Amino acid sequence: MRLILDIALTHIAGRGRQSLVAIIGVAVGVGFSIAMAALMQGGQDDFVEQLIDTMPHVQITDEQRAARRQPAEAAFDVAEISGLRPRDDRRGIINPAAANAWLDAWVPGRFSQSLRTQGVVRYQGREAGASIIGIEPETERAISPIVGDFTQGGFSTLNEGGNNIVMGDRMAGKLGARLGDTVTAVSSSGLTRNFRITGLFHTGTTARDEGEAYMLLKNAQIVSERPNAVNDIRVKLDDPYAARDAAGRIEAELGYKAVSWQEANEAIMQAFVVRNVIMYAVVAAILLVAGFGIFNIVSTITHEKARDIAIMKSLGFSRSDMQRMFVIEGLAIGAAGSVAGWALGFALTYALASITFELDAGGQEMTELPIAWSAAHYAIASLFALGSAAVAGYLPARKAARLNPVDIIRGAT
Amino acid sequence: MTALLAARELTRVLPETVPVTLVKDVSLEIGAKQFVAITGPSGSGKSSLLYLLGLLDRPTGGTILVEGRDTAPMSDADLARTRLSMIGFVFQFHFLLPEFSARQNVEIPMRKMGKLSPRAMRQRADDLLASLGLAGHREKRPDQLSGGQRQRVAVARALANDPPIVLADEPTGSLDSKSSEQVFDILRTLVSERGKTVIAVTHDLDMAARMDRRVHLVDGMLAEAQD
Repeated sequence: MRLILDIALTHIAGRGRQSLVAIIGVAVGVGFSIAMAALMQGGQDDFVEQLIDTMPHVQITDEQRAARRQPAEAAFDVAEISGLRPRDDRRGIINPAAANAWLDAWVPGRFSQSLRTQGVVRYQGREAGASIIGIEPETERAISPIVGDFTQGGFSTLNEGGNNIVMGDRMAGKLGARLGDTVTAVSSSGLTRNFRITGLFHTGTTARDEGEAYMLLKNAQIVSERPNAVNDIRVKLDDPYAARDAAGRIEAELGYKAVSWQEANEAIMQAFVVRNVIMYAVVAAILLVAGFGIFNIVSTITHEKARDIAIMKSLGFSRSDMQRMFVIEGLAIGAAGSVAGWALGFALTYALASITFELDAGGQEMTELPIAWSAAHYAIASLFALGSAAVAGYLPARKAARLNPVDIIRGAT
Repeated sequence: MTALLAARELTRVLPETVPVTLVKDVSLEIGAKQFVAITGPSGSGKSSLLYLLGLLDRPTGGTILVEGRDTAPMSDADLARTRLSMIGFVFQFHFLLPEFSARQNVEIPMRKMGKLSPRAMRQRADDLLASLGLAGHREKRPDQLSGGQRQRVAVARALANDPPIVLADEPTGSLDSKSSEQVFDILRTLVSERGKTVIAVTHDLDMAARMDRRVHLVDGMLAEAQD
């Protein structure tokens, strides 16, 4: 085996320049594949991280996945009820205190309950439609993504005396209200109440900055005339990836719809799968092209060394020995290219990671390209490269092994 | 006693559009320690017969027995193994691997065999080269050697695994008369001193006359075989 390797390497060395070109071909393929994978994986990780950061890991709402069935329908297989006038269910999560206690007992993480209701905020004759969200500042702080986005005040100011409200800066801008001004909140049931603005936030998400206003849970319950009602419990888990299991357990126990962040973003997650498939298809295509370079050189060597093949056969090398020799030559080029490609890939990834640019016109937000460093990218790129090298070596090797040595010797004499 | 090498009704036909018969119904037995010439006009199938005897080519009919073993049913790998241990080839052109030194070329069959330690291989290669008067040329590559020297390296390589049979195809065909004489003498000592059987294809009747036995081919068939 050592002998075959020695001869194979000698052949490659004898075609130095051409071998070098083939190695560079593989290296460029592997290098760019690695850099591309790092960038795409980085973008994906970055996105998922933001999802995990900004979204509740499990959101429990007062909805059910399927409309509730009539008890008679549940009891009998064949039951048709018509002309029904169902009674209005009281909306909201029934008995939130019990739900809270149950969650508190086992959920590995934090959660916060709130009442989300639609309403209007009015100031000096101007109106803005708003999601009025009743919260408890102590628990909300632990799970809300906007805690860090307050430009003035904060959730804790809601607990200062009086009726207080915090809202997005764009909403305040639309109303013409400033910190300290008193605005009127109108609920969908028509009740109005005055609140003093004690905090403003800017998240960068227009829908939030323009459409969300937070007040104390009990105030929201009063304004919407739904005492003790809670229609939204948001959970942040210590391990975000346990969200699916947790959501399943919560839904089974409480009977309300509990949506994990993965479920809520299923379409995006699927898009990532498609993206990865495309990426690896491109990687495979790049390395296939590199494979042609290898095919070319191994093929050249088999032609050039036809006489040597005949000699080695006469010395007692078998057909499979010859085949192995040329496959090894392909693989050796693939391996050398892989290693060089790792260095190139590392350098490219490093260069990409050090690029910074200004995202905001204002210039206050500097952003770097999201880069994921992963040994798996190196392994996958090499795997593709070696696979293509093996095939590229195998095809001419098979042909060379089949050569009849006598034909070659005759040709030479 | 079984012959070292025996051919039974050996036929080789090239499967062209008009089939060409290279060797036809050749049967012969060659014992140990013989110095055999295969002679005949050009195109008579001398070399074809040699390659068949050397298991480098497969006959289309008949079979070859090496030490009584039938080679017809052998796989390619089995034939390669038999060549490795039983047969050494010397061609008209030296056919050394150009990238390797004289010593490395001699070592290759031994390394392929894998029976000796690297040290022993090196020692044996050096001994063989020295016995052929090439002690000072061990490190040289083929293109740094003269034609006669290359052919002697090729002989050393053929002897590397100490095979009982050495096949030579016009071994002196490309050499001047002085080198030819030298190589011929070497081949003869292989028989007389090392106990090999040497079968050489030659068109040089003068040289053939000095060998133990002549196999004469005409149109692929055995003509009078003189002992």
